[in-house]
Amino acid sequence: MRRTAAREGRIRPAHVLLALGAVITVFPLVWEVLTSFKSFGESVRMPPTILPAHWDRSNYAKVFEAVPFGRQFVNTVVMALLRTAAQLLLCAMAAYAFARIRFPGRGALFLGFLAVLMVPGQLFLLPQYQIMQSLGWLDSMQALVVPGMFSAFGTFLLRQFFMGLPEELEEAARLDGANPFTVFWRIALPLARPGLLALGILTFLWSWNDLMWPLIVNTDPAKMPLSAGLASLQGAHLTEYPVLMAGSLLATLPVIVVFVAMQRQFIQGIAFSGMKG
Amino acid sequence: MSVEARTGPVVPGRRARASAVVGRELRRRERRFRHRDKWWGYALIAPAGLGLAVFYLWPVVQTVYYSLTRWGAFGGTTWIGLSNYRTLVADPEFWQSLANTGIYTGLVLLGIPLSMVLAVLLNLKGLRGTGVYRTLYFLPVVTMPAAVAVVWRWLYNGDVGILNQALSALGIDGTYWVSDPDTIRFAVAVVGVWMTVGHHMILLLAGLQSIPADYYEAASLDGAGRIRQFFSVTLPLLSPTLFFTTVLSVIQSLQVFDLVYLIIGANTQNSLQNPAFGEGQTVVMLFFQKAFFDNQRGYGAAIVCVLFVLIMALTAVQFRLQKRWVHYA
Repeated sequence: MRRTAAREGRIRPAHVLLALGAVITVFPLVWEVLTSFKSFGESVRMPPTILPAHWDRSNYAKVFEAVPFGRQFVNTVVMALLRTAAQLLLCAMAAYAFARIRFPGRGALFLGFLAVLMVPGQLFLLPQYQIMQSLGWLDSMQALVVPGMFSAFGTFLLRQFFMGLPEELEEAARLDGANPFTVFWRIALPLARPGLLALGILTFLWSWNDLMWPLIVNTDPAKMPLSAGLASLQGAHLTEYPVLMAGSLLATLPVIVVFVAMQRQFIQGIAFSGMKG
Repeated sequence: MSVEARTGPVVPGRRARASAVVGRELRRRERRFRHRDKWWGYALIAPAGLGLAVFYLWPVVQTVYYSLTRWGAFGGTTWIGLSNYRTLVADPEFWQSLANTGIYTGLVLLGIPLSMVLAVLLNLKGLRGTGVYRTLYFLPVVTMPAAVAVVWRWLYNGDVGILNQALSALGIDGTYWVSDPDTIRFAVAVVGVWMTVGHHMILLLAGLQSIPADYYEAASLDGAGRIRQFFSVTLPLLSPTLFFTTVLSVIQSLQVFDLVYLIIGANTQNSLQNPAFGEGQTVVMLFFQKAFFDNQRGYGAAIVCVLFVLIMALTAVQFRLQKRWVHYA
């Protein structure tokens, strides 16, 4: 009895603190939503109104006038999906080979993958840009997608995952005469679904949010993803905050909706992201 | 077993011979597998391997090479040895950006104790609604950094931003947080903490949950109170996770770009430029400017090479220091 009372006594202050923190955490996002529905005049009124006096949707229309947001939305979705699909396939193939197949030079090749993992992303950008330039791919979807199709991190993550799977099923299939690719495709890959999901979520999120690479390669607004579009929207409407709030909300809302729907997988996946450096 | 059943009692010699035959057959098959597997191995690795070699591994070599060259106005490179690095050491803008990045990194680390408090609270037995809290704290982690920057610039607005309105209600005079050289770094770091607390909290929570309950029972049988338990059980057993979180946070903070880039605005080098630009600019922003706008690719390459070395060095130092405070059970 006394123990539960003591526990109760700790729970209530904990709730107070956690709720306070949660309010502080969520407030900027709530304020973003509320501002996006205010007229410009109302947004700069002092003292401020909390709820919009009347819910003004014109800011959203202005976003579409200032930048080709619809196009950029499609660009972002296509970019994120293609990068994710390619990474899942290519990383899984390589990861399976590293985890299960013995061949000369495996250790050295794996070291090469690990080396890429250690290097901060900025060191790749200049030469990558030059490759895009020499291929004539600046201002194109290929520029957004192709370098992002390969990932040392993803290979590493999935290799760890494959190494943790039991080998018996795969061995049985091998003895029945299946080749390594069939074993990988039919047996190992379905078992690795949680790992694939984690990598897929991470890749999708990073691709969606990526800013520097798109700023470098695609300067044509019609070819930009939302992140870069938001940067140019800020350039065009520097002080028109309701429009900026509408734009930033539109750019993040899809990811937030997916996050809320799949939060367990998201949080687990991102907890994995530790190795990314 | 089945062999015995079929052939009746087995003479030891015969049995050994039979198993030797089976063993040989198995080894033969395995060799054959392995011989063919070799090519499967190369084939499976080839697509990712080639892509990484072309777009990642070779570019690192190229970037290091570029850092030792000057970029011609019409392309082409001239070898200039360590000249870019000498310029870098004498460039106040570089030192300023390095200091800004260092301060940002340090301030964001202060978010880790905060994350730990949240994780400990969430780990309390009998607490309900942990799922809701986790979701809410995690929202900033999944929000696009570019959008985060745009939103916080609005909160920080010196004239009508909600922060200053709230402060003036309390009788405090706010400032132009993101265009005041004295406040810009703190303003940016607060956003950095806001964006990472949820992530660190999740990592630490996983660490807390892996501490066996017996340890606490043993400690409480020995008469240790809650506080004592925290310092003699929780903290040491959580130290590997804390270490990992710290290393991760430092590596990520040193590369900060999106957030600061959009909070302080572009480097326009005219009257429209943010007066706090110099105090805000990070190392990666300087690289971005030099390499892609000022056409000083060699110099830009030198900047990121130095950043790379710094990251490696700081990580190595942390691994060295971990002996002092990290306990591996």
